[in-house]
Amino acid sequence: MACQSCNCSTEGDTKQGKDGAGLEAIRVVLAGQPNVGKSMLVNAMSGSGRMKVGNFSGVTVEKTEICFEHHCHQFEMVDLPGTYSINGFSKEEKVAHDYLMHESYDVIINVLDATHMQRNLLLTLELLKLNKKMVLALNMADEAAKEGIEIDVNQIEAVIGVPVILVSASTGEGVDALLDRVHEVADSRRRQHSRILYSDPVEEEIDRVAHFFDERGYSYRDLSSRELAMRTLMGDPVIYAALHDHPIMIELQPLIAASLEHIYTHHESKNMDEIKANEYTAVARGIRLETVHCKREKRRGKSLTKRIDDILINKYFGIPIFLFFMWALFQLTFTLGALPMDWIDAGFTAFGDAVGSMISHEGLRSLIVDGIIAGVGAVVLFLPNIIILYIGIALLETTGYMSRVAFLLDGFFHKFGLHGKSFIPLVTGFGCTVPAYMATRTLKSEKDRLITLFILGFMSCGARLPIYVLFAGAFFGPDQAGNVIFAIYIAGALLGLVMAKVLRVVVFKGEDEPFVMEMPKYRLPSFKLIWHTVYQQASGYLKKAGTFILVASMLIWFASTYPKVDAPSELGVNQAKLYELEHSYLGQIGHATEPFFAPLGFDWRMAVALEAGLAAKEVVVSTLGVLYAIGDEVDAESSSLITQLKANVSFASAIAFIVFVMIYLPCLAASMVFAREAGGYKYLLYLFLFTTATAWIFAFAAYHLLN
Amino acid sequence: MKLSELKKGDSAKIIAIDATEDLKRRLRSFGVIKGSELSVETYSLAKKTIEIMVDDTLIGLRAIEAEKVEVEKITEGKN
Ligand SMILES: Nc1nc2c(ncn2[C@@H]2O[C@H](COP(=O)(O)OP(=O)(O)OP(=O)(O)O)[C@@H](O)[C@H]2O)c(=O)[nH]1
Ligand SMILES: [Mg+2]
Repeated sequence: MACQSCNCSTEGDTKQGKDGAGLEAIRVVLAGQPNVGKSMLVNAMSGSGRMKVGNFSGVTVEKTEICFEHHCHQFEMVDLPGTYSINGFSKEEKVAHDYLMHESYDVIINVLDATHMQRNLLLTLELLKLNKKMVLALNMADEAAKEGIEIDVNQIEAVIGVPVILVSASTGEGVDALLDRVHEVADSRRRQHSRILYSDPVEEEIDRVAHFFDERGYSYRDLSSRELAMRTLMGDPVIYAALHDHPIMIELQPLIAASLEHIYTHHESKNMDEIKANEYTAVARGIRLETVHCKREKRRGKSLTKRIDDILINKYFGIPIFLFFMWALFQLTFTLGALPMDWIDAGFTAFGDAVGSMISHEGLRSLIVDGIIAGVGAVVLFLPNIIILYIGIALLETTGYMSRVAFLLDGFFHKFGLHGKSFIPLVTGFGCTVPAYMATRTLKSEKDRLITLFILGFMSCGARLPIYVLFAGAFFGPDQAGNVIFAIYIAGALLGLVMAKVLRVVVFKGEDEPFVMEMPKYRLPSFKLIWHTVYQQASGYLKKAGTFILVASMLIWFASTYPKVDAPSELGVNQAKLYELEHSYLGQIGHATEPFFAPLGFDWRMAVALEAGLAAKEVVVSTLGVLYAIGDEVDAESSSLITQLKANVSFASAIAFIVFVMIYLPCLAASMVFAREAGGYKYLLYLFLFTTATAWIFAFAAYHLLN
Repeated sequence: MKLSELKKGDSAKIIAIDATEDLKRRLRSFGVIKGSELSVETYSLAKKTIEIMVDDTLIGLRAIEAEKVEVEKITEGKN
């Protein structure tokens, strides 16, 4: 029988296989603590690479669905953000909580890190209380084996009462078996009872209350009397609502009061959350002691992670090392990226010439050569730089270094009213601002989140890199350009910090948020993982160049070529060209807005490029490419954009331009995401005013200081 | 003594946590509760943040939060 691939919508409103009867998709949700490999496991199970994987807590920030088939069964899988406990409080942990509590699904796959069983089991114990069908996936089997950890899977299964599978998302071990078990569990009627035992006083009281329920013949739904007793003791509001009007309540009340007193005395606390935590921790520890064995004698020496930490988060060298890495990255971005640039440039120029010589119609030739090829070429030119930048960011994300830097910088960030965790969205922002805005969801305090959202634009995204590379290359020697780019990024980041402080003092006053953050194990990222991330980003960049930038270049070309005006006859050829350009639509727009930009030393072309850059930052370069390509003959013989810029733009204006680009509003797509994440378009207006004013003032200062 | 007073390399047992319910809950979900054992791995500059190890997990905390954890030293670090 042929399988049909399912095509469920991403909204997940219906869950019907295409064949109708018998092929209904199994709806599975992955839950687990952060950084245990849920997303990677989904990738392994579905054979795709869609889920983003990274070695720090909070990679996944919203639920993501994927559909696939396995042995002719349809699976609909939902990958949730990791959550340390079911009542997690940051925005992305709430997503997990809400989904688990309120959505409908068939099976939970609770993913655990086999090398951190005890802590991971705390969440498992909470999930068991949901009374849903569940399968435990003990992930990272490969790491556990390497560390000499042996796990008695059958014993865990016997204690917890749900199927347990040892898997490794990275080697693929156990993944098939896991899917088969999920399918079995989905078909089964209900799950086995668990054999989890609490401390003696609690067990005694559970027995007492359960016995009471049995005697009175009271039952609630399909709960066993033990389960019912447990929930009553823990103060489950649902049970209380059901019991409230029942006559046994009169007898039950004093019984519960006495039982609780006993438990309170034992735990020296009357806080039920704390008592639960104590009990769960004891149970988790018990299960670990019983089922996890470390073959190797616990090495007296330090683990690799600790030894690396001794260097990387060294009190004195930690921050200098981090700065060095960043410097090296930008240095490489420029120098290594410059190598293939000449070839790409030469390729596009030759291509333009070849195409140009084949087209006889002058207007069409100009559109294709000066419009499309010049515009798209100007963007593609920077692909090598972008790739190197993304490799750097991917390394930061996948090795485990990211959380360390957050740890190092928290003290410093805290002074500026930011949270150490803000570092994660800020670094993501060096790549692209859109996912960075989303990554702010890991910040628990709404104020921290808003401040981070507001300053994120100051972290120059990858699309601004071409502008910097272009200007740094044009106005500084090749040996200086790398440093200049590094300085630009650092300046942006520092400005962001200062602005955070301003916002904290003026607008978002408030309580500090605690900093408690897991430091993951260092992991050597697989080539596949890095390749996948970088490939996706690079192909996205090229796709954008081939679609969006192409259309934008055409528009810019049209707007700069029409309306055709006749230049006064006394002008020479060069001046006539310039005259026509200045009287085009684009020239008119440029001239109309020139007064706003004139104090910053920008000519109308730069003004237009900046305005076009509101759509996407790549367009700044492509617009400059088109504008200077049309005015090509103005300058005697040269053709490259760099030489054009040098001839037409003063040093002070160039610096002011860089400063303006560094600060002003991110692209349209990012702006929309900002409005959504911040909670309204009103915030986008604030952001626009805030960034434009800051950009203008700083560019003005830069221009006048240097002039 | 307080967790923040431990030296690098020391290990200790938690006796009490005197913090807001919010912070306690966060700590709890990492297994940092009364009775757990921890060791201090490292401090950042000026003792702003501190890295501890609980149940084989490395956790970074601020010193201000570490002050709220009362501990009893078990062993002294070598350095
Ligand atoms: N050695 C090994 N590493 C793994 C395995 N599964 C995941 N990892 C690594 O663990 C880290 C976390 O993986 P993710 O899939 O991003 O974890 P997650 O649970 O989705 O994390 P959040 O989205 O932050 O909750 C990554 O560095 C992975 O490369 C595994 O089976 N073996
Ligand atoms: Mg994930």
